[in-house]
Amino acid sequence: MSLDQDTVKNIAYLARIRVEEDKLEPLAGELSAIMGWIEQLQELDTDGVEPMASVVNVSLPQRKDVVNDGDCRDAVLKNAPDNEDGFYTVPKVVE
Amino acid sequence: MSDLTKLTIAQARDKLAAGECTSVELTQAYLKAMEAGRDLNAFITETPELALQRAKASDDRRAKGESLGAMDGIPVAIKDLFCTDGVLTTAGSHILDGFTPAYESTVTANLRDAGAVMLGKTNLDEFAMGSANITSYYGEVKNPWVGADGKDLVPGGSSGGSAAAVAGRMAMAATGTDTGGSIRQPASFCGITGLKPTYGRCSRWGTIAFASSLDQAGPMTQTVRDAAIMLQAMAGHDAKDSTSAPMDVPDFEAALTGDIKGLKIGIPAEYKMDGMDAEIQALWDQGIEWLKAQGAEVVDISLPHTKYALPTYYIVAPAEASANLARYDGVRYGLRVEGDSLDDMYMNTRGEGFGHEVKRRILMGTYVLSSGYYDAYYIKAQKVRTLIAADFTKAFEDVDAILTPTAPSAAFALGEKQEDPVAMYLNDVFTVPASLAGLPGISIPAGLNAAGLPLGLQILGRPFDEETVLKVAGVLETSAGFTLHSGVED
Repeated sequence: MSLDQDTVKNIAYLARIRVEEDKLEPLAGELSAIMGWIEQLQELDTDGVEPMASVVNVSLPQRKDVVNDGDCRDAVLKNAPDNEDGFYTVPKVVE
Repeated sequence: MSDLTKLTIAQARDKLAAGECTSVELTQAYLKAMEAGRDLNAFITETPELALQRAKASDDRRAKGESLGAMDGIPVAIKDLFCTDGVLTTAGSHILDGFTPAYESTVTANLRDAGAVMLGKTNLDEFAMGSANITSYYGEVKNPWVGADGKDLVPGGSSGGSAAAVAGRMAMAATGTDTGGSIRQPASFCGITGLKPTYGRCSRWGTIAFASSLDQAGPMTQTVRDAAIMLQAMAGHDAKDSTSAPMDVPDFEAALTGDIKGLKIGIPAEYKMDGMDAEIQALWDQGIEWLKAQGAEVVDISLPHTKYALPTYYIVAPAEASANLARYDGVRYGLRVEGDSLDDMYMNTRGEGFGHEVKRRILMGTYVLSSGYYDAYYIKAQKVRTLIAADFTKAFEDVDAILTPTAPSAAFALGEKQEDPVAMYLNDVFTVPASLAGLPGISIPAGLNAAGLPLGLQILGRPFDEETVLKVAGVLETSAGFTLHSGVED
């Protein structure tokens, strides 16, 4: 599987990672090499095999729907690059 | 070099109990060793004040007859992937600049509550992605062992700082995390013991996530006994991690009976790879002889899907990483690089904040999860993962443990294998299959190669059967008679 520059540009946008134009080509080459190596999986017949999402073979535990944490707004906000009046801030998104 | 920094946890426990040394004395000896060993870059953050405060509290408890047990007063290093309350936590990444958690990970809280003394936070590959500890924003880590040609060597990764700290006698033991080999491979490269428990044995809560279906914390120590003692303190069910196993923690140290008579040890044919290093093959053969000599029965087994484990891992782990690392958006913590719009800010922050290997893996993960490729790659890999796990399940119907080499080579020189990502990924060829199956595995130092560098052997066990893994490892350790001598002291 070979990835071209446009594909890399697209997945970089999907992942919200800025990649400079001159880095697209080398990155496409690296990712193509890795995906090419991964391609060997296609030779395996996996028809009828269940996909494994977790090795933990139990259904996830349930708990009562009650508040069991919280009241720590300031501690949580403390690490924000910027905050105002108890909120996180972001660049303006609505005109 | 102080004799105090040569003690194992088991020895220090006994000396502390006998009043032959104090935790403050031990801690001071290690703080001095950390300072002297800064050239290795094993630590990102040193926490001497906190360490001395906890050591003093430990000594005070002991004086009152209120010792908390084997780990009370033991100085340990913590991989900088565990969130620590009030102490900078970086994951080796620029994007977590200045992040100081307001909470403590369950594993480090368990250690703290058992009285362990945190010396500092150890260096690692960025977000635990790497096999040489060369991708950290805080610089590469050097292995305390030096090659015959005098070249600086990598410590392995991703828990390279933890391995270097223990091998360099800058911590009595350390925590690591293992997603595809990140405890076992650096343990092998640095001549120490590294145990990856069964997935679910240790809580993942508060440990910065890489690939959530694989990540597992474990101890990195000088001896198998120390690994048993330290895991005891780290492990246990935690309601805050829904994948943590609701099981009692057995007495791991009690498993070290030294008696492996009649145990069946499997030797997987598929791990004998073409072009395998002759010294590693010889050490593996030696390991088989040691186990036979102690009464174990050695059985040839087959794990037919072994060769597909690495490609499977390099779909599953990046896919999970791309989701987990979506949280680094410049809003809630760490680095923010401003932009004209919200999207622009995200892209600038993530473009600048992540290093090359992390970006590469996020992009791979995004690609295999993207529309049109999801079934062909991600679902395919999950199906192959089922087959790999089934190989082990079948093998463990006939054997009690499996013996393999830990890594395909000894520690290599800094700067090697950096250009070709696939060559770097192959470091984990023997460790990744068990990670995909969630099995416990340990690496113990079993010998030296011709260049005088340590080589590890790996023992794998059934899910939640760390006891057999430890028992077999203890016997191998005794047979190998390996003693830590990384050239930094003695």
